[in-house]
Amino acid sequence: MKRKHKRLTFVAIAGVLIAIAAALVLTAFDENIVFFRTPTDIVQNKVKEDQRIRLGGLVEEESVEQGTDGVVNFRVTDTANTVPVYFQGILPDLFREGQGVVAEGKLMNGVFVADEVLAKHDENYMPPEVADAIKDAGQWKGEGQDMNQDNGESSL
Amino acid sequence: MAMIERFANPNRFLTLTRPLVPWLGGLTLLSLGAGLYLGLFQAPADYQQGESVRIMYVHVPAAWMAMFCYTSMAISAAVGLIWKHPLADVAGKATAPVGAVFTFLALATGSLWGKPMWGTWWVWDARLTSMLILFFLYIGYMALSNAFDNPQRGAKAAAILALVGFINVPIIKFSVDWWNTLHQPASVIRMDGPSIHPSMLWPLLLMAIGYTLFYLWVLIIRMDADVTAGKIRALRQRRVHG
Repeated sequence: MKRKHKRLTFVAIAGVLIAIAAALVLTAFDENIVFFRTPTDIVQNKVKEDQRIRLGGLVEEESVEQGTDGVVNFRVTDTANTVPVYFQGILPDLFREGQGVVAEGKLMNGVFVADEVLAKHDENYMPPEVADAIKDAGQWKGEGQDMNQDNGESSL
Repeated sequence: MAMIERFANPNRFLTLTRPLVPWLGGLTLLSLGAGLYLGLFQAPADYQQGESVRIMYVHVPAAWMAMFCYTSMAISAAVGLIWKHPLADVAGKATAPVGAVFTFLALATGSLWGKPMWGTWWVWDARLTSMLILFFLYIGYMALSNAFDNPQRGAKAAAILALVGFINVPIIKFSVDWWNTLHQPASVIRMDGPSIHPSMLWPLLLMAIGYTLFYLWVLIIRMDADVTAGKIRALRQRRVHG
């Protein structure tokens, strides 16, 4: 019995130490683990010009302008701040106004020049009829409608 | 404890679990068949993702099972290290390849889903990366448990790896909440209830039940085979030395 208890204590203490070590490492690398920066980070000058980053947020409503040769201009917002984005290339299917988006590129003279644009979708799944019914009833809480609701930010 | 002691006897374990094998097999095929039919043909398309959402019925339960198998492997490892139960190492060794396959399935179907929806096969965000680490942990566990001439030393080394690596499981689960990721947050196992329509949730849960039954089915077959192989080894040795 004694040996069993000793081993149990040892495993428990080792487990706690590993958890603490992992928490410390993850906190230390927090900046590198985030997949994208927000428009607020850029506005607050946390990102240097010419530094390659990913910018994430929602595509602002009525901000998408299609140009010639696959050029597209739009604005990315985190509801607090907004950054204009320039992109030339093929957009993913889920790219649309009000949807989450992650663009990779560099900031140049206040414009984010992206060379890759990825779509980010939210955690809501439902048939189209249900989505329409909820929208008709004015109860919509997902992305792409009311930016001021808490879902707008938490689902980024 | 008495309960575990009873099951820890390999012979009793064999006589108790063998009759379950055909039942588990039948129920696995039944629930997977029904789940796939409902998910792929009956469930509605998604309002944003269209028909691509059907990958979810294969992908999401596979990711759950990847974490579930690892958790049971870590529990087996703890029981094996602390209480030295003879069946604990057998259970861990039997679980590892099943968990590795589920992890691979989650990674592969996730990649196939990511391309049309996100626009990329792979990104190094926290969720995808921690899931890839889980796959390597399974591979490492299998490699380590076979790396020693003395199988008991191999089991011990692998058990330590399984326990240390368990820290990755909560990291996978909460990666989408702790950091911003391309992968969306949880839709089913979350504080304020599922954010997925019941017509899609039921086929998903049925698939999860099917995967779980499959795991138990294969687990018992593999444990049976391992215990029997051990007996044959013992008999051979007795013949050589006796």
